[in-house]
Amino acid sequence: MTQPIRKAVSLLSGGLDSLLATKLILDQGIHVEAINFYTGFCHSGHTSGIRNNKKSKPKRNDALWSAEQLGIKLHIIDIVDDYKDIVINPKYGYGQNINPCLDCKIFMVKKAFEWMHENDFDFIFTGEVVGQRPKSQRKETMPIVSKRSGAEDRLLRPLCAKLFEPTLPEREGWIDRDKLLNLSGRSRKPQIAMAKDYNFEDFAQPSGGCCVLTDPSYSIKLQDMWQTRGEKNYDLDDIILLKVGRHLRPNPNYKLIIGREEGENNFMEGYRKQFPHMRIQSHVGPLSLIEGDIPDDDLEYAASICARFSAGRNDPTVTVTYHPVDGYVQEFVITPMPTDDINQAWYI
Amino acid sequence: MSHYLLDVKRLLCPMPVIKTQNKVKELQVDDELEIVCTDPGALQDIPAWCRMYGHEVLNTQEQDGEIIITIRVCE
Ligand code: SF4
Repeated sequence: MTQPIRKAVSLLSGGLDSLLATKLILDQGIHVEAINFYTGFCHSGHTSGIRNNKKSKPKRNDALWSAEQLGIKLHIIDIVDDYKDIVINPKYGYGQNINPCLDCKIFMVKKAFEWMHENDFDFIFTGEVVGQRPKSQRKETMPIVSKRSGAEDRLLRPLCAKLFEPTLPEREGWIDRDKLLNLSGRSRKPQIAMAKDYNFEDFAQPSGGCCVLTDPSYSIKLQDMWQTRGEKNYDLDDIILLKVGRHLRPNPNYKLIIGREEGENNFMEGYRKQFPHMRIQSHVGPLSLIEGDIPDDDLEYAASICARFSAGRNDPTVTVTYHPVDGYVQEFVITPMPTDDINQAWYI
Repeated sequence: MSHYLLDVKRLLCPMPVIKTQNKVKELQVDDELEIVCTDPGALQDIPAWCRMYGHEVLNTQEQDGEIIITIRVCE
């Protein structure tokens, strides 16, 4: 009697490791479909859709690209709302920055496991490698993910499976354990060599982590936002705006988000009805959104900061208009703030 | 066959694909969906997603900073 074709769910991040893990499983005759979770913090997306880098190559979603290379279906799942609790209250704490990696892994595997059940698949797998990341991919933490997610031994890690006890797909003979790997450590050499053998070119190589929560400057901005609001919370617009523009806080009550180039200014235009903002009228210059409560007697001061980032920075005066969300536009003809007066501590 | 419009302007990648994917689930074979977006990433991603699921890209145009991609839902 022929065996049924087993079905596996791949957690495809768009990076090389999950691409290779999926290839290993596909080569064993398993039907694989991939899922990719959108948390709002993912690297791809964000700035690629904002910044006006005409020279850069066409933008793409790396998980879609990986799935297409592999010839499998990808399901992209929006988990922005559910994920908030993971970022705000991680049970296992944060990594070096504001990355709740272990909680994040547990959450994603749990979601994938639910998807597996709903869609009648047999097991799930990831591209994790022991020791690749300090917190979430340690040998001791991997069993925690399997257990706490509920996936238990239906969670396979093809790139390092041989370093662990056999999982259900291996014990049942759905998967040949001999064809799985025993990778560990931070070296990327074995993966690069495999990519070459498989003719995978142009794959994504995110450094440091799969999302911006591992980025120190992003983490500082997120913490600043929580601190000044007096609560740990966010919505999708908040976390996207943290990626856009220069963020300066000249006063604890408000910050300026000053566009760095045309693409950012255009993107920020989409927020002009939600935020009070400043525009440079007499010169080419940035759009600056104001987040928080700016006192009336700070308007001119803030306008002079915005003028510093315009083409009129060295001119005697620059005309800047202030646009509240409701109310009248005010015009200021002011001297741009001298560079030395821009306090470096204002930069978030 | 019906024609539908999906406005995903200002949403960044991969939200246009997610919204397209979710909308297509509600549609019938041969229905057309016109997706209006502003993230240039959609120019790569929506056709890639269509190739993966066998849907047909009927037309792609860019005007005034907007990208309009029209697809036909296939089996
Ligand atoms: S880097 Fe980000 S997406 Fe990756 S495991 Fe950590 S928190 Fe999750």
